[in-house]
Amino acid sequence: MSMVELRGEEITKDFADGARALDRVSFVARPGRVLTLLGPSGCGKSTLLRIVAGLERATSGRLRLGDEPFDDVPVGRRGVGFVFQNYALYPHLTVEGNLSLALEAGRVPRGEIRRRVAETAEWLGLGGLLGRRPGQLSGGQQQRVALGRALVRRPRLYLLDEPLSNLDALLREGMRAELKALFARVGATVIYVTHDQTEAMSLSDDLIVLRAGRVLQCAGPLEVHRRPADVFVATFVGSPRMSVWRGRRDGDVLACRGVQVPVPRGLGGNGELCVGIRPEDVEVATSPLEGGWPGELEVVEPLGSQVLLTLRVGGERVRALAAPAERPAASWVRWPGGSLHWFEAESGRRLEPDGPTVEVIR
Amino acid sequence: MSGGANARPRATGALRALALAAVLAWSAAPAVWQALTALKPDAQITRTPTVYLPSPPTWRHVQALWDRKPFGRYLANSAAIAAAATLLCVSLAALAATAIARLPGRGREGTLLALLVVSLFPPILLLFPLYEGVRALGWVNHPLALVLPFAALNLPLAVWVLEGALRALPAELDEAGRLDGLSALGRLRRVHLPLALPALATTAILVFIFCWNEFMLSLTFMTRDAAKTVTAGIASVSGASLHEIPWGQLSAAIVIATLPLVALVLLFERRIVSGLTRGALKG
Amino acid sequence: MSGAGLTRERTLLLFPALLLLALVVAVPILRVVQLGFHRVELDGGIALHWAGLEPYARLWQDGRWWGALRNTAVFTGASVALELVLGVAVALLLHERFRGRGLARALVMVPWALPTAIMALAWAWIFNDAFGVLNDLLGRLGLVRGPVAWLGSPGTAMLALVVADVWKTTPFVALIVLAGLQGIPEPVLEAARVDGLSAAQRFRRVLLPLLGPSLLVAVAFRAVQAYGAFDLPYVMTGGGPGGATETVSLYAYRNYFRYLDFGYGSAVAVQGALLAALLAAALMGLAGRRGRVRA
Repeated sequence: MSMVELRGEEITKDFADGARALDRVSFVARPGRVLTLLGPSGCGKSTLLRIVAGLERATSGRLRLGDEPFDDVPVGRRGVGFVFQNYALYPHLTVEGNLSLALEAGRVPRGEIRRRVAETAEWLGLGGLLGRRPGQLSGGQQQRVALGRALVRRPRLYLLDEPLSNLDALLREGMRAELKALFARVGATVIYVTHDQTEAMSLSDDLIVLRAGRVLQCAGPLEVHRRPADVFVATFVGSPRMSVWRGRRDGDVLACRGVQVPVPRGLGGNGELCVGIRPEDVEVATSPLEGGWPGELEVVEPLGSQVLLTLRVGGERVRALAAPAERPAASWVRWPGGSLHWFEAESGRRLEPDGPTVEVIR
Repeated sequence: MSGGANARPRATGALRALALAAVLAWSAAPAVWQALTALKPDAQITRTPTVYLPSPPTWRHVQALWDRKPFGRYLANSAAIAAAATLLCVSLAALAATAIARLPGRGREGTLLALLVVSLFPPILLLFPLYEGVRALGWVNHPLALVLPFAALNLPLAVWVLEGALRALPAELDEAGRLDGLSALGRLRRVHLPLALPALATTAILVFIFCWNEFMLSLTFMTRDAAKTVTAGIASVSGASLHEIPWGQLSAAIVIATLPLVALVLLFERRIVSGLTRGALKG
Repeated sequence: MSGAGLTRERTLLLFPALLLLALVVAVPILRVVQLGFHRVELDGGIALHWAGLEPYARLWQDGRWWGALRNTAVFTGASVALELVLGVAVALLLHERFRGRGLARALVMVPWALPTAIMALAWAWIFNDAFGVLNDLLGRLGLVRGPVAWLGSPGTAMLALVVADVWKTTPFVALIVLAGLQGIPEPVLEAARVDGLSAAQRFRRVLLPLLGPSLLVAVAFRAVQAYGAFDLPYVMTGGGPGGATETVSLYAYRNYFRYLDFGYGSAVAVQGALLAALLAAALMGLAGRRGRVRA
């Protein structure tokens, strides 16, 4: 494990058919930290990961490890541990064989191989499974073997490509916690790819949100949640989803469908704007709330510890979280002005009440 | 060895291209040489050192084919017999495959395995009894003498390929058909067969090729020139008399006899490949 | 079709195919086995005289039979071994995606689609000692001193046969291996790359083991087919020179149609088939065991 960081500078990838998978993406993976690439399918996150691994070549841009260029290092020599989405275990080898193949090929002494395999198997709880083949393992077990295969090589960098996406929900939750503990224990530098924002929020130290090959925001998870730099990021990150209204600015109000929202002083942007509010920031009541709006309750979704309400305000809809009740009722909504998120409708960029918009890349 | 296309040094690329070119040349060379020989005037054929390119090319050999032996008849016989055998074989195989596809695991595997075993018998084993049968029925020099055996000998392959294709059809389609009120035969006609058409085509092409290429039975059952298929007709000159053969004419015959097959392969390469691999990989 | 198992409907569908197979395969097999136990004389028709195991005893003493068996073994062994190596190489070449791959594949397939008997003549012409193009090329390249009588001497005649057979059936082996290759998930090979295995190591430790089952299937098929080869030796060498390329099938054929010794010919054919069955069973057994291990 080195203490240098991995940088990607202006990485662009065009495919043969002209499709542009990555557009001048830059990132920094800092030592000992987990960098997550988050985005919907097709946003280019897996492609970027494969470029870092050397399985694909960028059309332009550079990779650097510390001060040294990384682009021309052959795949097998990059010191990278890759965990595939579908695990890609060697079907003809046992778990032990899967874990030791890379070391054998690297001519590591037999005793050392045995030691490392045993250690890794213990960390991941694979002890009793060493003699089995991948076909005889459950999904969760296979996933752990895939992890082990990377771990056993003590690589400088771990690359994980949606490792949890093939597991069922319950297993996923458990593995998330295990992964977090594992990363901390190994002190690894990790680049983690996922489309699941919960995973991203819980696992990352640094987060990059990608869409259609472009970086929309690069910050810590809390920052991305609190001050999303783009309306897409705002709705993609955070569960339950943010409610977003679109309207035309008319002086100091935003004219949406059937409702007008006061625009804070000093907010830049004219023309079409978007305003968003997270359900957890919305207050509901059955009696009139000062500074609020009347709303008509349309959908009630019990979520267990809370209830998700959808109310119609004017011609728009807003979602709110409330405590569970026998027969939830609500007819008024209110939110603090400071909890609103404002964006330009056209570009999606975040607008701040006084001053410049949020910078996209740190 | 994997497809990460861009991350590969150029040296291996050139080596690959060279190897590929060598393989292609090797595959095409004998046929090309025959074509060249067929177009050479006699004097150049037997000239030493070898004359490579005919100058000037002549069509005489091709023309002479029709004078000396009933070459056109050979071609017609091959085509007719192969077509008839293919039709029979594919029809029977389709019916059988439909049944086998719906059998439970063990019955299905057993049947397919049995078919596989059948296909492995050396044909020489069957030759004489079949010949006895053909003579007894008075079918010597009759197309049926070949059509029935050809259809039978290609059944295992045809059934393998078709069964695989039919089994890949989702069972829900059959159930939807039943709910819609179709009889078994109706479902066969309207649901299974149309969807299995590509597989049927593939099977037909493969069987046709095998029938056209068959030699041992054709040689033995067809003694009269007018009844011979093209393989027996051309190749019934055996080892000893190789020196008296007019090589120009023979080459022309070889080229013309093999041209349809080359065309078939070039046109239907993808189908043939998928059919063969499906048929042979199941083992 | 409702329910599982052999319904009346399904039996009806299977019937025509099974009938044809019974007529063309099952009955003749029984007949040839019967003939193998008899001395057959032409007597207006065919007269069978029971001879029990005597034809097989005769076979055991028959030098020409052992020669045929040896020739068949050499032919089969050499052909299959070469086809395996070349087939894997060609499959690896065709596995990558490149422009014109379809056309390349089609061209590679052509030898397999051409009639063996007809191409045997073409090969005889290529190997012709006086006018053959092979001797000419070798001479021009300075690799031989004078024209080689390929088909005229035992060792080279067998070589010529093997070359012709390899030319014809390598595409078939290549296809099977190609299908096997395509069954190997790409990520598994990528994982090996990232893990630092060199190309040679990937080939030996990942590719080859995973190809194992397909290779065995190909070998089993080809071995049995090569064993039964008739067209090639009959047309290209006629079994010569001096029986050096006479295979089991050819020997049986001669007994039938040259010596008109139907009983003995049948014994030859049956014995040959039994040995072929043994070979196939052994290879299939290997394939089955490996296949199971692959899980």
